[in-house]
Parts: sequence; C-alpha cells; structure tokens
Amino acid sequence: MDVALAKAWLDTAADAIAAEADQLTTLDAAIGDSDHGVNMNRGFGAVRTALAGAAPDGVGAVFTLAGSTLVSKVGGAAGPLYGSALRALGKSLPEGPEVDAAAFGAGLRAGLDALRKLGGAAPGDKTIVDAYLPAVDAYDAALRQHGQDGDGGLAAAARAAAEAAADGVRATVPLQARKGRASYLGERSIGHQDPGATSTWLIFQALADATAP
Amino acid sequence: MKKFINHPDAVVREALVGLAAAHPELRVDLEQQIVVRADAPRAGKVGLISGGGSGHEPLHAGFVGLGMLDAACPGEVFTSPVPDQILAAAKAVDGGSGVVHIVKNYTGDVMNFQMAAELSADEGIEVHSVLVDDDVAVEDSTWTAGRRGTGATMLVEKIAGALAEEGGDAVSVAALGTRVNEASASFAIALTPCTTPAAGRPGFELGEDEMEVGVGIHGEPGRRREKLLPARDIATMTLEAILAAKPVAAGEDAIVLMNGLGATPLIELYLLYGEFAGLLESAGVRIARNLVGNYVTSLDMAGMSLTVCRADPELLRLWDAPVRTPALRWGV
Repeated sequence: MDVALAKAWLDTAADAIAAEADQLTTLDAAIGDSDHGVNMNRGFGAVRTALAGAAPDGVGAVFTLAGSTLVSKVGGAAGPLYGSALRALGKSLPEGPEVDAAAFGAGLRAGLDALRKLGGAAPGDKTIVDAYLPAVDAYDAALRQHGQDGDGGLAAAARAAAEAAADGVRATVPLQARKGRASYLGERSIGHQDPGATSTWLIFQALADATAP
Repeated sequence: MKKFINHPDAVVREALVGLAAAHPELRVDLEQQIVVRADAPRAGKVGLISGGGSGHEPLHAGFVGLGMLDAACPGEVFTSPVPDQILAAAKAVDGGSGVVHIVKNYTGDVMNFQMAAELSADEGIEVHSVLVDDDVAVEDSTWTAGRRGTGATMLVEKIAGALAEEGGDAVSVAALGTRVNEASASFAIALTPCTTPAAGRPGFELGEDEMEVGVGIHGEPGRRREKLLPARDIATMTLEAILAAKPVAAGEDAIVLMNGLGATPLIELYLLYGEFAGLLESAGVRIARNLVGNYVTSLDMAGMSLTVCRADPELLRLWDAPVRTPALRWGV
C-alpha cells in the first residue's frame, strides 16, 4: 500500500459514509441517539479536506492525520474510537511511502487494540469490535493462505476482511448491547443492527473497493 | 420537523451567537466553540469546566458565571464536545490552581474529557474530574455503560461552583462534586420523543396513550414503555425508583429538582411538584430547597425528571451561596 492508495481508501470510505449516512442515523435512532450518520459524515468529510490540503510523505502519516482529524471534528464516542484506531494504525506502520500487506495488517490490529483499550468493549457487546475483530482475523487468515504478493495479496485480504465485517454486522442483530448508549435499553436493544459495527463494515468495504485490481 | 432554525448544520453556532448577544457578560468564542466567564482566568481560583452535547439548554452554557461554571464546551446536538474545545476552555480559565471537569457519564463524554485531561496535563494544567451518574433508571452493571448523568449535573455545578468561588482547592472542589453526585438520584419519564435538527424526525414513536419510563436525555427510548397513568401514579412510581436506589431517611433534608425535559408546560411541572411534595412529606423527608423549571432538557421532548439530593448543612449553605448565570441567579 502506498500513499495514493491510503488516501484513495479514506476517500472511498468518505463516499460510502456520505451515501449511507441516513441509513446509519436510522439504525442509531432505534437504539441510540440518531446522530451516527451525521457525525461520521462530518468526520470523514473533514478527513477528506485535511488530506486534500496536506502532502503526507508516508503511509503512516496519512492515517495519523486522518485519526487526529476525526478526534478533533467528530465528538461523541465515534470520534475518539475511530480516531484512535487510525492514529494507532498510522503510528504502527514503518516509515516510508509504501508498506507491505503484512505490515498494514499488523497496523489494522494495532488500531483495533487502541480502540478496545479506549472503549473497553469485548466481542459480543454489540459494538464496532463485532465487525472490526472478525475483519482483521479474516485479513490475516487470507494473507497466510494467499501470501502477500504485490497488491493482489492486499486486495484478497481486504475482500476477506470486508466479508467478515459484513457477517459480523449481521451477527450484532440478536445481541444485547453492553456498551455505549444502546446499553441503556437493556433487552430492548435486541433485534437491532448495531450502527457502529455497520460503519466499520463500510470502512472495510471501502478498503476492498479501493484495493480491488 | 418544524423548528425555528435556518439550517440544521448551523443550529449550535447560531444559538451561541444569540447567547453572546443576550449575555455580553459572557465571552462566547465561536472559533473554539466555548463559553467562558468574562473575568476568567482569576488568579488562584479553581476553574470549573463542564460540557456535553447541545440540546440540554440551559445546561451547560446557561450555568456559566459567578458561583457556578467558569467555562462550558457545547458539542453538536447530543454529541460530546471534542478534546480541542475542552483544552481551549482549560487554557482560558486556569488561574494556576488547576481545573475541575464535570462530566456526565456517557461513553463519548468520558472519552473526550479524558483525552482533553491528558492534553491539559501536557500543557501543565492540573485536572481533576467529577463523573455524574445519577440516573437510577439504568442499572450500574457490566451489562451497561453505567448510570447516566442527568439532572444532578446542575446540582453538582452549583454546589461545587460555590466552593470554587469561595476559594476551595481543586481536590476539595472535585471531592465535593462527587459527594453531591453520590447523594443524588434522578428518574425521567417522557410523553413524546424529541427531534434533533440533523435527523429531522423523532428518535422513536410513542402512542397517544403511552409513556416511556426511565428515559434518557438524548432522545433514545427508555427502559420500558407503559400505558399513560394519572400524574399521581407517575409521581409514586418515580419517587419509589429514586428512594429505592438512594434512600433519604425521615427527618433528613433534601434538595429537589423538578425538571422539565423541554416541551412540558410549567403548569404540569407544578402539578407534579405538588404530588412529589406530598409524597415526600408523607415519608418524613424535608424539602429544604427546590427548583421547578426546565434546567436539563432534551430538545422538544415532553417529559419530566425528578432529582432528589440528600442534603446536609454544608450542601445547603453552598446551594444558597450567590450565583449569577443566565439561567440561575440569586443572592447577588
């Protein structure tokens, strides 16, 4: 992955979030406070603007800037969680204009670790983690299976990650929320798809789309 | 959606423009999106900072001024402020004695204030925090994000603010804030949902004959839905929930906040207050001080919350101390 591809991923994610903002807000209205689509759209719009106005010289710098922008612009829980994940991804990458698929995968997992440390969510709590964790597991498994030859390896791993994230999103429906605002509903949160897991899937799907050959 | 707005994205900013016009005694920084007491920073005084999503007015900006908050950080509607805002507020009010964050217990608020505390510490500003989690409708367990911060927030801001005003140090002010929170319990019931400007539609639907019991202040549904009852029965149910969680013994004093959630008329709040006053009197609890009105709101939600704070002479003395803010003023 090089600087251009890193930016293309985040641009694609911004497009996807803008297109699905109403849907994210509708999901959030059912078990939260009706603002997830609005906040994510504002944040990724700001990321797009920040990246357009900057010339990061390394892949890591792209994600560090994107993460800091989310922390500064989004608020709520989504800003710190996604912002910290992207910052940790950026900081974990080796310096330089290009990183290989294995280093990028390790970075994705560093992002997950940062997010979990901040939010304290475990798998099954009906949160971002329920899409993010299966996505990085699938990414690593695909890389082990297919090797990481060129961008073909990255594309296959990203596709596997997006599919696993989608499965993870569907699996949140029967769960009772144990973290975040949806937890206040207790058993009434059962039967609804988690908005945070859904936005995570959009971001991994954007990675698959941006890296597709 | 029918609201007095120009554009959904501009609501928070344009409301701050209006707040600045109405209250020239406050410094409203539109760039940093913070509201600061005009005479801040005051050398030696602990700076009291609160904030949270907008939509709960007058909380928090309406409580900035003498005897209460030094700064408020309004976020987008129902969305916590960002760390940059909170850091800017700390720099604006720190008089060398540190600052105290008053944080409502929501995942986003806690994270953003925590990040801001780390940034402030990097700048050499000592930060202490009070976490407000008075809403007893939510069980504090591993199954939830913990109890929510609601009506007691303004009691914490008033009482801790009074101690800061008379020269209390940061540790004492934070400890007092925590003590007020621990002595307080709240419970809310909604008759209608509310509509955020950005969403443009209500967060949930509620039938003509239904109420949401144990509702929060962000438009999310409550713990359960029930058939609407007479005010007397609603008052009984509400007070039972509060006193079961935080008992007040016969003969003890209480500060009672009869709070409207935004769209409930005062005539109904007074009717409810009459019910609560009768019930508390029957229980032998003395209402030493009370407030009836809209203080911690949820946009245009019709509903009410009751907060009962078990009080002692020190809390009552600080409650009575002078305060001069847009939404609360006495003794000056």
